[in-house]
Amino acid sequence: MSSRLVRLAAIGTAAGVFSGLFGVGGGTLIVPLLVLWFSYGEREATGTSLAAIVVIAALAAVAHGIYGNVQLAEAFVIGVPAVAGVLVGTAVQQRISERVVAGTFALVLVASAIVLVA
Amino acid sequence: MEAWEIAGAAAVGLAAGVTSGLIGVGGGVLFVPGLVIFMGLSQLGAEATSLVAVVLVALVGAWRQHGYGNVRLRDGILIGALSPLGAAAGTVLANTVSERALELSFAAVQLYFAWRLAGRALFPPAPQSASLPGGGDPRGRDHGP
Repeated sequence: MSSRLVRLAAIGTAAGVFSGLFGVGGGTLIVPLLVLWFSYGEREATGTSLAAIVVIAALAAVAHGIYGNVQLAEAFVIGVPAVAGVLVGTAVQQRISERVVAGTFALVLVASAIVLVA
Repeated sequence: MEAWEIAGAAAVGLAAGVTSGLIGVGGGVLFVPGLVIFMGLSQLGAEATSLVAVVLVALVGAWRQHGYGNVRLRDGILIGALSPLGAAAGTVLANTVSERALELSFAAVQLYFAWRLAGRALFPPAPQSASLPGGGDPRGRDHGP
C-alpha cells in the first residue's frame, strides 16, 4: 500500500472520528489536511472535500434513517435553499484568490474552536 | 410549520450553502442549530436530518467544482469510503475519554490548522515548482504507481 493511500486513509479516519464524535461531516479536517499534507491548492481541496463529504454524509444518513431519526420534509425546507447557496458559493469561489479562501477557512476554524470550547 | 419558521430555516440553509461552496464543508454546523431552532427538532433528530441536507449540498457543490476542474474524484471517494472506520473509532473514543477533553483537543487541532492556513493566506507559498518540505506530494502525482 502506497504511503499516499495510507495518508488518504488517515484523513478519512480522522474525518470519521470527528463526525462520529460531533455529528458533523468532517470538512473542517479534510480541507486543511489536503492543503497542508498533500499540497493541494485551496480550491482543489474544497472541491475534493465536498466529494468525500457526499460519501461520509450519505453513509451516516442511511444509518440514521434506519433508526427513523431523519425528517425528510424538514431536510428539504433547509436543504433546497442550501443547494441554491452552494451554487452561489462555488461560483464566487472561482472569482476570489486562494489566499482569501485560506483566510476565510482560518476564521471559520477559529469560530468553530471557540464554539467547541465555550 | 409557520411561515416565519420556514423563512428562518431557509435563511439558515442559504447561509450554510454559501459557506459550503466557499470553503468546502458540509454545513452541518449551521444546519443542526437551524433545524433545532426553526423546525423544532431534537438534537438527535436535527443531526440525522442535517445529514440529508449535507448530502444534497455536497453533491451539487462537488458537481459544480468538478465542472471547474477542482475535484480529485479518486482521492475524495477514498477519503469518504474509509471514514466509517474512523466513525466507529470515534464512537468508542466518545465512551472512554471525557467529552471535555475531546472538545479541548479538537479545538486545539482546529486552532493549529487555522494558524497554518492563516500563514498561507498572509504569506502564500511559491507556485508548485517550489520544493515541498514535509514530504508533500507535488501536484500531478495522482496517477503514480
